[in-house]
Amino acid sequence: MSSVLHVLPYLVAAWGFLAGCYGLATSRNLIHAVGCLAGCQSATYILLLAVGYRDGGTAPVFSDIRPGSRPVVDPVVQALTLTDIVVGATVTALLLALTVQIAKRHGTVDPDELRELRG
Amino acid sequence: MHHLLPLLPAIPLLVAAVLVAGGRRLPRPAAESLASLTAAATAALAVFLLLHSSPPLVEWVGGWFPRHGESVGIVLLGDGASLGMAALVSLLTLAALAYSWHYFDEPPRGHAGSYPAMMLLFQGGMCGFALAGDLFNAFVFFELMGVVAYALTGYRIDEAKAVQGALSFALVNSLGAYFMLMGIALLYARTGELAMAKIGQGLDRAAGHHGPDVLVLAGFALFLTGLLVKAAAVPFQFWLPDAHAVAPTPVCMLLSGVMVELGVYGVWRVHGLVFAGPGGVPAADATRVLVVLGVLTAAVGSVMCWYQRHIKRLLAFSTISHTGLFLLGIGVLRPEGDVGTALYVLGHAGVKAALFACAGVLLDRYGTVDEFQLHGRARRLRGVGVLFAVGALALAGLPPFATGLGKAVSEEAVGGPLTVVYVLASALTGGAVLRVAARVFLGLGRRPAAEDGQEREEDKTSGGSEEPETRQRLTGVPATMRTVPAVLLAAALLAGAVPGFAEAAGHAVEESGSPGVFSSAHWTASGVLLDLLSTLLAAVLAGVAVARPGLLSAPGWALPLRRLQSGHVGDYVAWLLLGTALLGALALPGVLG
Amino acid sequence: MTPRVRLWLVCLGGGGLAALLVAACLRLPAFGGLWHPYGDRAVRTSLARHTANTVASVNFDQRAFDTMGEMTILFGAVLGCVVLLRQARDEHRDPPEPCEVVPPVRRYALIVLPVALVTGLYVIAHGQLSPGGGFQGGVVAATSLHLMYLGADYAALERIRPVEAYEVTDALSASAYLLLGLAGVLTGTAFLANTLLPYGTFNTLSSGGTVPLLNAAIGVEVACAVVVLLARFLDQAVEIEEAKGEMSAP
Repeated sequence: MSSVLHVLPYLVAAWGFLAGCYGLATSRNLIHAVGCLAGCQSATYILLLAVGYRDGGTAPVFSDIRPGSRPVVDPVVQALTLTDIVVGATVTALLLALTVQIAKRHGTVDPDELRELRG
Repeated sequence: MHHLLPLLPAIPLLVAAVLVAGGRRLPRPAAESLASLTAAATAALAVFLLLHSSPPLVEWVGGWFPRHGESVGIVLLGDGASLGMAALVSLLTLAALAYSWHYFDEPPRGHAGSYPAMMLLFQGGMCGFALAGDLFNAFVFFELMGVVAYALTGYRIDEAKAVQGALSFALVNSLGAYFMLMGIALLYARTGELAMAKIGQGLDRAAGHHGPDVLVLAGFALFLTGLLVKAAAVPFQFWLPDAHAVAPTPVCMLLSGVMVELGVYGVWRVHGLVFAGPGGVPAADATRVLVVLGVLTAAVGSVMCWYQRHIKRLLAFSTISHTGLFLLGIGVLRPEGDVGTALYVLGHAGVKAALFACAGVLLDRYGTVDEFQLHGRARRLRGVGVLFAVGALALAGLPPFATGLGKAVSEEAVGGPLTVVYVLASALTGGAVLRVAARVFLGLGRRPAAEDGQEREEDKTSGGSEEPETRQRLTGVPATMRTVPAVLLAAALLAGAVPGFAEAAGHAVEESGSPGVFSSAHWTASGVLLDLLSTLLAAVLAGVAVARPGLLSAPGWALPLRRLQSGHVGDYVAWLLLGTALLGALALPGVLG
Repeated sequence: MTPRVRLWLVCLGGGGLAALLVAACLRLPAFGGLWHPYGDRAVRTSLARHTANTVASVNFDQRAFDTMGEMTILFGAVLGCVVLLRQARDEHRDPPEPCEVVPPVRRYALIVLPVALVTGLYVIAHGQLSPGGGFQGGVVAATSLHLMYLGADYAALERIRPVEAYEVTDALSASAYLLLGLAGVLTGTAFLANTLLPYGTFNTLSSGGTVPLLNAAIGVEVACAVVVLLARFLDQAVEIEEAKGEMSAP
């Protein structure tokens, strides 16, 4: 049992990442595609946080616990995840801004119909 | 001295923030001068640090110098290669800003400072990436340069193609960045560190006598995917022509001249610090990965380049082709390959930026960048025509341009049959540009019909319906738009011709790169002959294409290749997935063995 | 490429990637393991510098340079959105009509607005002590203002949210972060060095040296950035109209 649980969070991250990639490749709507990209990114949060988890650990904040009294999870991955979230949110905003303009200029957000640039 | 390293990204970022804050009050000339001044100051700082970078500078930001070999901070590397890239970035930003002096018709209302501010943010991001010695920090700056580049690419929102190209660029590159982040997470889990050098040591320690395992392989493939997407290696390259065809010309100068090359630089840096040890990817496998992708990229890029008629797209494909050559150069993992590639990147940056600058003049003067429509129309732009033709010859490797020197040194490093790749790729791309020069500026040959042979309209992008980027159609070419390409070409010439420069550059790169002794980079008889051969070949190809277009028109087998460039972002993502799998497969023998 | 071919390609590439990822996951250290060398060092360092929230110490002290990049990404994305969502040549502005809001919604929104705003500011201010910080609090504070749109209408939101002022504040707070970094260089230590201020008493608002200052700069920056970002998208949805009788699509 435990051996499965020892890799399950990592596998969840891998599954989420692949699902996002699949959605991105087969998407019929750019807004959906942007969502799939955000899905890929959420998988990176899961992987980072899973990597930093410590059994029985709590948040690495010492305003209400005595240092050393309890194990804490890895604060570095928490900080990385926070950075990652901000990056992801801004990229999503920018992609959606571009999508808004595509919808206006092309009158569609279906990638199958956006075929001007080729060859 | 090393405390000044973080200023290279910080100064442009600070001035960008000031420009946005004061953008409403600042008149446009003041905003543009301030930005140019900042780019120049950063370039001066980078060059100053470069001159003092032996032994290499190391800075722990925030003063977190390691105690007992361990630190909690972020390390910046100030060696010849990183500072050289930072200097190149800053100089090219300065050139792009000078070129775009009063370029766009009107800045967004009340935001006079936003375009120069974005250029500075782009510069800051690229400088930060060049200096990064920490994997996650590299990811952050990678994203910064990405985010700003997407917005700059889509700057002309009134154009349907511009926003579409920008979106393909943004989706594919962001996905690449998340691949990179997955790789970072895997490597962090294995080694518990983020500084590149520490990860490398951690991998060696963890591997013990067994050699690398599949976790290292996955980290390698995922991390490289992100960098190779940026470097536009086959099969990750599809976004690049779409973005370059639509981005404003000054932005193209930066994208093609240095951002794409930063992807190659990143591969070199990360391989050298993280994966080169016994716990990393064995040298034979790393070479296999980089050489196979390099040859594919050079081949696809140059063939596609030859069959373009949209001039900016043509130049974009030639960048892909040259990226392949750069990957080949670093792929052999020898110091002379590194040095040759460094010189090639320097020369290529100047030449390619100059060519884009000339293409921008055509776009703004005639409202089109289509080779067929422009046939013979630019006869009166003699100066620009000469620059364009010289740029084409330099691209083909004409001595004594730095492109020729870099090509010659790289050829010597790779040796054997791979030399042919260098000669053919540079001849094809140089020849394509030369063909454009002959048709557009001299009006040579028969005026090609819009429909040619068996090509169908739906298989290609013509450059006909492009909007000029300047206030109105230019009647005369402004002095800045003529001077910048001339200066860039002169710089590329001097970098190859000034005695001592190549030796100094070689020494600077050698100190930070693959181990091994390498005498020095200089012109050799065989190098000059090969350079002349590729230049001659380019001239012959261009001549035949102009005189007998039928002989070299697109054959049947090139058509499927062109149809792969489908403009569909889903296809690009599918290729990206396949590319990562390919990277893993190519490096797999080292893990199994 | 036809969808069918693309699907085959995705299966092939995705299959390879899946194999790679799963094989790598099986080789990762077991979930919940005790070995986190960098994390342990970060905790020790955070306590040595009197910062109760280790994540804040990592973000604003130990790896403050990452946060500088992150803040600049946000700043750049906002600038990018301002540029990308500007009024195009063929568009004009059309102020929206005031509209009726159901009284319970109005009441609820107007009661929650100040509470949410104060919560956001609290989360920013206590960034170095308790979970949260500039990023989290900034987002809460920024979104709280938009309750005005739900509770009243767009005109009311625009009154409490002069976008230009927020844009300038966004840029100024980004500059403040960078200037705090430069101060380290100017005083002869290092960029973003946390040596300018005393570390104070553990678990108080003024502890952690420059951490609270950087945290506050980020809080203001994020709040303003989110306001500007949402304003640009709301503008597109509510105000900017295409010119009548003219197709913008080619």
